[in-house]
Amino acid sequence: KCPLVVSRTFWGKNIKCVCFYRNALLEADINKLGFSSPAARKTGTTICGVVYKDGVVLGADTRATEGMVVADKNCSKIHYISPNIYCCGAGTAADTEMTTQIISSNLELHSLSTGRLPRVTTANRMLKQMLFRYQGYIGAALVLGGVDCNGPHLYSIYPHGSTDKLPYVTMGSGSLAAMAVFEDRYRPNMEEEEAKRLVRDAIAAGIFNDLGSGSNIDLCVITKGKVDYLRPHDMANKKGVRTGSYRYKHGTTGVLTKAVTPLNLEVVEESVQTMDTS
Amino acid sequence: MNTRGLRSQLKDSVPVTGLCPQAGSYGVQDSLRRGFSSVKNELLPSHPLELSEKNFQLNQDKMNFNTLRNIQGLHAPLKLQMEYRAARQIQRLPFLPSSNLALDTLRGSDDSIGFEDILNDPVQSELMGDPHIMTEYKLGVL
Repeated sequence: KCPLVVSRTFWGKNIKCVCFYRNALLEADINKLGFSSPAARKTGTTICGVVYKDGVVLGADTRATEGMVVADKNCSKIHYISPNIYCCGAGTAADTEMTTQIISSNLELHSLSTGRLPRVTTANRMLKQMLFRYQGYIGAALVLGGVDCNGPHLYSIYPHGSTDKLPYVTMGSGSLAAMAVFEDRYRPNMEEEEAKRLVRDAIAAGIFNDLGSGSNIDLCVITKGKVDYLRPHDMANKKGVRTGSYRYKHGTTGVLTKAVTPLNLEVVEESVQTMDTS
Repeated sequence: MNTRGLRSQLKDSVPVTGLCPQAGSYGVQDSLRRGFSSVKNELLPSHPLELSEKNFQLNQDKMNFNTLRNIQGLHAPLKLQMEYRAARQIQRLPFLPSSNLALDTLRGSDDSIGFEDILNDPVQSELMGDPHIMTEYKLGVL
């Protein structure tokens, strides 16, 4: 028996970097054969948020793309962070998902330790410190909104770790289309219905004018003590119903003759193999 | 950090194969324990963030201890480091994963979750070192 002691190289605490070697080698091999390596699934997206009189309205489309193909027609881009804080994510789908989950767990532990409802600015600081630590390699552009003891807050967080605190923000590939709608119709201290209509129209502008965004519009209305997660709020792109059927009816082809030949099969050998289900 | 380019990430000492850091006893490259080494692996990091992540916890600690020293005086970081050293010695046998509960509590990392808790958890590792060999190595008998 060969006494080989397995020693692992760590960087950080437990993270190995052998995968980068493997990926670089694979990349080189695949390019030699003429293929291209698979692209990460992105959420070419329109996400936006607006602060109104009583709280915050967040909106997002629901299309996830993988290069030029739609990977998910109805994905959920508004992620839960805490009962009073929600976060929309654009960029690499896995990155936004894992980042928001990690921050949600950390915020829960933090709020248990302080005994108070978490603040939006805490979530903002945790996110920005983590994204800056990874220098933009985590491709997550986020719109963070919530209501805490100091009122409604809305932040936009970029993949490299910079944040903006603004009354209305848009992110993603359809952000320009959505921002155009906001710049035209935003005014401070709107009512809830007006704010929901504004966000719906902004996301619709992103959906219809940007290839990376599409399908339905999800809304999340956060007020003090209440969260309305409207999924879907508006099905802007419903799949059409087929008007006719091209199937042939039974009996279209006439039967001329019919001959039935029975096959006599006899059991030659029967063996039972038990599966190891332990 | 990004603007300084890859050259700034060259490790400080130029390692020659066989000298360091893969050197075991007798100063020779320790293939049995640390695998084959190549100059490329030694000189350049395989990912731009490798060096920064490897030293992240150390740099954080250094920064915090410096601040503490400036605020409260030399005794504060000294006492804390003594406690860390004591807590770090509470380990299980070398081939078993230790929980490091005392160390985590001292550090304050027992109420935060990072990638190191989710990815590559040593409790869920499929490989385990040979118990006899590892204890002998730890005791210095090997």
